[in-house]
Amino acid sequence: MSVIANDASAQLLDQVNQALAANTPLRIQGSGSKSFLGRQADGVLLDTREHRGLVTYDPTELVVTVRAGTPLTELEAALDAAGQMLPCEPPHFAEGATVGGMIAAGLSGPRRPWSGSVRDFVLGSRVITGQGKHLRFGGEVMKNVAGYDLSRLMAGSFGCLGVLTEVSLKVLPKPRLCTSLRLEIDLERALLKLAEWGQQPIPISAASHDGQALHLRLEGGEGSVGAARERIGGDDLDPGYWNDLREQRLAFFADPRPLWRLSLPNNTPALGLPGDQLVDWAGAQRWLKSDADAVTIRGIAVEVGGHATCFTAGATSNPIQPLSAPLLRYHRQLKAALDPQGIFNPGRMYSEV
Amino acid sequence: MNILYDERVDGALPKVDKAALLAELQAQLPDLDILHRSEDLKPYECDGLSAYRTTPLLVVLPERIEQVETLLKLCHQRGVPVVARGAGTGLSGGALPLEQGILLVMARFNKILEVDPAGRFARVQPGVRNLAISQAAAPYELYYAPDPSSQIACSIGGNVAENAGGVHCLKYGLTVHNLLKVDILTVEGERMTLGSDALDSPGFDLLALFTGSEGMLGIVTEVTVKLLPKPQVAKVLLAAFDSVEKAGRAVGDIIAAGIIPGGLEMMDNLSIRAAEDFIHAGYPVDAEAILLCELDGVETDVHDDCARVSEVLKLAGATEVRLAKDEAERVRFWAGRKNAFPAVGRISPDYYCMDGTIPRRELPGVLKGISDLSEQFGLRVANVFHAGDGNMHPLILFDANQPGELERAEDLGGKILELCVRVGGSITGEHGVGREKINQMCSQFNADELTLFHAVKAAFDPSGLLNPGKNIPTLHRCAEFGRMHIHNGQLPFPELERF
Repeated sequence: MSVIANDASAQLLDQVNQALAANTPLRIQGSGSKSFLGRQADGVLLDTREHRGLVTYDPTELVVTVRAGTPLTELEAALDAAGQMLPCEPPHFAEGATVGGMIAAGLSGPRRPWSGSVRDFVLGSRVITGQGKHLRFGGEVMKNVAGYDLSRLMAGSFGCLGVLTEVSLKVLPKPRLCTSLRLEIDLERALLKLAEWGQQPIPISAASHDGQALHLRLEGGEGSVGAARERIGGDDLDPGYWNDLREQRLAFFADPRPLWRLSLPNNTPALGLPGDQLVDWAGAQRWLKSDADAVTIRGIAVEVGGHATCFTAGATSNPIQPLSAPLLRYHRQLKAALDPQGIFNPGRMYSEV
Repeated sequence: MNILYDERVDGALPKVDKAALLAELQAQLPDLDILHRSEDLKPYECDGLSAYRTTPLLVVLPERIEQVETLLKLCHQRGVPVVARGAGTGLSGGALPLEQGILLVMARFNKILEVDPAGRFARVQPGVRNLAISQAAAPYELYYAPDPSSQIACSIGGNVAENAGGVHCLKYGLTVHNLLKVDILTVEGERMTLGSDALDSPGFDLLALFTGSEGMLGIVTEVTVKLLPKPQVAKVLLAAFDSVEKAGRAVGDIIAAGIIPGGLEMMDNLSIRAAEDFIHAGYPVDAEAILLCELDGVETDVHDDCARVSEVLKLAGATEVRLAKDEAERVRFWAGRKNAFPAVGRISPDYYCMDGTIPRRELPGVLKGISDLSEQFGLRVANVFHAGDGNMHPLILFDANQPGELERAEDLGGKILELCVRVGGSITGEHGVGREKINQMCSQFNADELTLFHAVKAAFDPSGLLNPGKNIPTLHRCAEFGRMHIHNGQLPFPELERF
């Protein structure tokens, strides 16, 4: 697959400057594959998809710079052709998902606890700010501590702090060997085993429990993967499981009740949750299908040091967990610094931001 | 252009009545250790960048977070600048005091509060030394990955403030990649938690923004770090090359083979000879460059990768490839590299360590550029290089007792950093901007970008009391500095008046 390149940054900048002049909010969107997340933002559509293509990619530098409107599938194909990958395995959720949406939503896939999150792979960015300027932060190098880290701040900010036009990402070689297995043990026992294995150099790169069995993925060299496979035992698993888990295509996700994501500390024990659950990230991310209200679900998550996000549009008025008073104040002040007129996705995360 | 705080270009500082402030501090915080006599203040007048010194107004050494809280509230009310400092090992003057400011020393917060092996985290106070965390985790076969060269002395609070790196960053990341949660006090003395015990938190990623913010946005009061299982084995290959270009290409070849080494270091001939004279590491002194490639992980994989890398190095034209035959030789190979700075210190009365980063492919051109500049300024430059992550540490050799040499070394250093920016790199990979690179920030960022940085600062600290003058230069400073530094014939910041 070839990557179609087109620099539409001048048009994007124009549209932002017009919105600033007219003081009208913008709704920044790529394909809309993640528009169901968070709150609905009102505003004139700013479509990023004309601004697309790889700007630079040199596999031996382990860095790719890509425009925000580039389809994620095209980026992944280009990396794959060079034997490399985005280690954080970002979900697409729909055809046409863009790189900009990946950064804005900041969601990572099954490998996240071992590889790091989307934010961890961000090295630099270009952003159109609320002052109507197209600026550059960070860069294309692994280590760079000049100035404040506004590039990593963009990850997971849902477009509320500016229009991301370009991002530089660290990429890694694909593992030499990858094998998936299924081990029929209950959740309590699985979590204990994961805590034990987590303290040892075992090449686990994904760990999920679907209520029936623990699903594991091992990645590394032939020796380490072979030895771990032998030690852990279990049956072979179709590796397609991980893609279906990431894209929420497993049968679990078809349940009509609202979907919640609980982000919890490592080594949180099995929790009695009001609904059905699917465990990912070795227990640090738990999906919950539940009719329970937001207060109940968040109460359980907060009790153990985590938080909960609603992934079903319209199920609750505050899908992203509300912030403490001081944190909210600093969110508003930061928003005011980067977007003084409040034109970028206002209210997309929180009504006050 | 001098880097010490200059109110003319860096902005006016509040005038503080020392006696009145001291009296009020002693009244409100009777059990707080406060230094105020000039002989007591002397030891705190610089951090690891010892060429620059300023005597602080007062030094405070709190032992309880409540004291810091009260102190910040008081300073906020009275408009007193506060410069936070950990162990004071920073190399960019990030903890350089102000004559009109309090130096807040967090070093006495040195308790490890919790090590949780099953949760793979450690919760520590900000004054805990980097290495002490790994030592506390060692009984569980765990460790804290970032390992700045000062790890025996530097504190974790300072590591957070500087987003400290080390020699293993390519594989294990920087400080920002190894944090779960940082508790801070805001400039108003309000407690706030960034991040959480979970892998992510709701809202903006303020933890990422705060990491590396050089004490400008808040004061670190507690840090929760991730712990990793110790790699089963580590092996080191040493390869010699008859040209720096070949060594540089070999690095790319290793990565292209799909291998991510734990550490990958390069030294040039001047560094090799200095280190060999000092440490007797067994380095080939006639080589133009050597590469040290450490592979770590599970034993069988490391064994396979050693064979692969060996092959790659030979194909890349290495004149010699040696695998450290045992642990003692591995330690010796590393000792040469880790002592490269003091080794260079033996062959020159003084040296000045730079910290630029570049895309690796630019290495041959940048080394050529450095060698030209070295000739032009008449000062020798030794190069050690975190080759895996593109972080260069050119060491400029000079003699501070020779009139004008320090200034020449600084000017040469500034030119090297500007060269790094020109090829798409950065003026600092891990040491931070502090005061040292305040002028070079004007080369890396334009006026709009700097203005936005100031807005971010103001969102956290509107009155600018936390570590004033560090990290982000004023546009006036850039205008002044720009007189010596004009891009494409265009005067930077034409809208500003000139002094």
